[in-house]
Amino acid sequence: MGTYVPDTKQEQQEMLREIGFNSFDEMFSHIPEEVKLKDGLDLMPGLSEQAVIGKMEDIAGKNVVFRHIFRGAGAYNHYIPAIVSSVISKEEFVTAYTPYQAEISQGILQSIFEYQTMICELTGMDASNASIYDGATAAAEAAAMCRDRKRSTVYVSGAANPGVIEVIKTYCFGSNTKVIIVPEECGVTDADALARMMKEDAQAACFYVQQPNYFGNMEDGDVLGRIVHDAGAKYIMGCNPMALGIMKTPAGYGADIAVGDGQPLGMPLAFGGPYLGFMAATAAMARKLPGRIVGETKDDKGERAFVLTLQAREQHIRREKASSNVCSNQAWCALTASVYMTAMGADGMAEAAAQCMSKAHYLRDVLKEAGLEPKHDREFFHEFVTVSPEGRCTDSNHILRALEEYGILGGLKLSDREILWCATEVNTREEMDETASIVRNVLHGECRHKEVCGS
Amino acid sequence: MKLVFEKGSAGRGLNLIRGCDVPRVSLDGEHKRETPPRLPHMSENEISRHYTQLAKRSHGVNDGFYPLGSCTMKYNPKVNEEAAALKGFRCVHPLQPTDTLQGSMEVLYLAEKYLCEITGMDAMTFQPAAGAHGEFTGLLLIKAYHVHRKDDRRTKIIVPDSAHGTNPASASMCGYEVISIPSREDGCVDLEQLRAAVGEDTAGLMLTNPNTVGLFDKNILEITRIVHEAGGLCYYDGANLNAVMGIVRPGDMGFDVVHLNLHKTFSTPHGGGGPGSGPVGCKEFLMPYLPGVRVAADPAGEAAIDKTGDGAGDKSPARYIFERAPESIGDVKQFYGNFLVVVKALTYIMSLGREGIREASSNAVLNANYMKVKLSDVYDMAYNETCMHEFVMSLEGMKHKNGVTAMDIAKALLDYGIHPPTMYFPLIVHEALMVEPTETESKETLDEAIQVFHKIYETAMASPEELHSAPHTTPIGRPDEVTAARKPVLRYTWES
Repeated sequence: MGTYVPDTKQEQQEMLREIGFNSFDEMFSHIPEEVKLKDGLDLMPGLSEQAVIGKMEDIAGKNVVFRHIFRGAGAYNHYIPAIVSSVISKEEFVTAYTPYQAEISQGILQSIFEYQTMICELTGMDASNASIYDGATAAAEAAAMCRDRKRSTVYVSGAANPGVIEVIKTYCFGSNTKVIIVPEECGVTDADALARMMKEDAQAACFYVQQPNYFGNMEDGDVLGRIVHDAGAKYIMGCNPMALGIMKTPAGYGADIAVGDGQPLGMPLAFGGPYLGFMAATAAMARKLPGRIVGETKDDKGERAFVLTLQAREQHIRREKASSNVCSNQAWCALTASVYMTAMGADGMAEAAAQCMSKAHYLRDVLKEAGLEPKHDREFFHEFVTVSPEGRCTDSNHILRALEEYGILGGLKLSDREILWCATEVNTREEMDETASIVRNVLHGECRHKEVCGS
Repeated sequence: MKLVFEKGSAGRGLNLIRGCDVPRVSLDGEHKRETPPRLPHMSENEISRHYTQLAKRSHGVNDGFYPLGSCTMKYNPKVNEEAAALKGFRCVHPLQPTDTLQGSMEVLYLAEKYLCEITGMDAMTFQPAAGAHGEFTGLLLIKAYHVHRKDDRRTKIIVPDSAHGTNPASASMCGYEVISIPSREDGCVDLEQLRAAVGEDTAGLMLTNPNTVGLFDKNILEITRIVHEAGGLCYYDGANLNAVMGIVRPGDMGFDVVHLNLHKTFSTPHGGGGPGSGPVGCKEFLMPYLPGVRVAADPAGEAAIDKTGDGAGDKSPARYIFERAPESIGDVKQFYGNFLVVVKALTYIMSLGREGIREASSNAVLNANYMKVKLSDVYDMAYNETCMHEFVMSLEGMKHKNGVTAMDIAKALLDYGIHPPTMYFPLIVHEALMVEPTETESKETLDEAIQVFHKIYETAMASPEELHSAPHTTPIGRPDEVTAARKPVLRYTWES
């Protein structure tokens, strides 16, 4: 059995006796018998460290780690600099609690203050919180920031990530808020529809758009922003932080709140988490931000100091009247993002973003040559949708199955004929050429995957 | 200390990304970024030293005793980190075909099985990312249950006044009215108050047991019966589960829903404020409403072939499948939660096993009672009975006598390298200090801490002014929190 209790059985007995108990059973004698567990837990016996890591290695080995990844859809494969892993493994960061005691938590508080500043720089916003669970919960919390008695309907772009839409809906089920999906047209939000819908709705609270959107396309962010503001509602923009290396900021598009998933900033794919939700807002909305916020102040000797601040918004003070229930957030992931952005610098971020975009365009071109038509004719960042030609064995399943066989994770199947692809700075020209040639064989060759079509 | 933005100089940086091997494409004018973000310009050495300095100005469990009440700051085992760093877990995309994710699915399957056994629940979701997120999720299950029964009168959640602030805040996020009931003097539920509060409008009760003052509420079966008889459901806040593992189970105490804090009870590190993990367990009748997908063993067993079109006969058969609950509340987070945190917790449970899990709780309670008894000679305890994994001291007497507050004692502890107990919580005890030593501290550590508490008491008696100005040896003195909130500076600004 593994144990992290330092004291020996004998020492435990001595301690028990010293405080007036003969046994553990006696110490627990105040617990009513009728609720006590009679036969103990039905768990396996504990394992040695060697056995347990062996077991976990076996389990991890049942996952397939792909050689090349062309799938994004909310989780992106990027290069993680060595300095990132090194810094974040420092135990003072890993093993600390939320920095309630400012005097001994200046390091963590300062790192969060630096993170907040970097998120403000990236998004063009005035204030950032210390993080939230992920991009989807950040979007849901942003929608909650915009609601009040008069305005309570949340509008969401149908071209946003369906996973994010799903989370917004769940949060709104909780708060009894109406959610309206604005239709997608030709790969972007239908601006005319949005204008029509919002004009007629005096209760419109906000509109959430994703830039670049789920299909990788660039939304007409300026136009959408004007429509939303003309209707007296708030404008929430969900962004890929990597794109922000080269893309106009949410503030530049006129957004009131910027959110997104910070996973591309140094966090591994890790089967979906932990990731990082970032949230930033204009000065006018800063006090509505949920969760922890760090502020700069001075100590009793006049030295620079950092503290958790604006706590009057929070649950431990306001209880049921709090702006949110957030307590633990994703501080360690925020640290990861800070170190990543520090290591990359503005030039490195711009270069990585430009390479993501360039490689995605190259991938689109070689896939097109192989026979996969791009679905949309819009400006896009590092994701795009293809349509496969009609044919018996040329559907999405056949294409993806063939790629898997070569250790390649292709794009995400959106439908029988549509695939959402992604390329990043880690993908090489050679990988993309290889991928295209496998796709070409599927589309033009004989079916090698009878199990897929059942023929 | 200088900020990262005040170090380095323009032009410095690392060479991290390979050259571009395809034709360059960039965004057009309309979407192009005008000015680059002002990010640091530093060499790798400078970055490394900057964060090492920050680390030195931080305090984790590894730096010393951390008896922060209700936070369960136990030791974070290294093997957990090693397991979570395995490439097979780190480098898989959440949207891979399920036949390539059998390892991740097995982690969720096993973690669910073990945690259900520990809590007495029938199913569990790992989607919630933190305790408060779990509360929100658990309450949504309760809400969905009433909604599907068309029982729409149930608009109120009962919360004792001793509860953690997240409880009422979560209830409010779920559209519920919060009914706060006063606790008895001993912090336990006042049965008469509860009987008076329940009714046709009761959606549920949120409770933790042991309660927020560290006492086991002996009336628990009666409490959950009263709520059930009124048609409400019982929610267990797992914040204090570290006191009772292997001894009692929330499911056997009459609770219908429970959230756990893997970053407390199951030894995963707290990372300076997350990522945590707040899985939610429930009884069978609430399973139809669970969020996200749940991993199930393939009913067709070992010989099955994945029929989704992703799998194939020549691959190892799919043993685990994803199932979505029929009346699911939807997703509370994208994908499957903070997965790597679950890997760490599973590693911990496997290490400890049946006996180790119980031993952990027994020793958590032993250490708390040991400290409580040894401090009772000079400090006033809010409650005299045997405590569970934590206890509450009240400095009210001392404050009246010589003006020394809970805050002063807490700050004085900093000078001895001890992280202070939770201050001013629970709200029902005046000048409260809540101490939770956890089971991973040795008798010597406890004895040393007890000595420090005594020493501080002597200082409080002899020269209280010395404590008002504590701490004296930390990187900064007491910060001006009032100005921080009144004139917030939330980001660095460059001198132009």
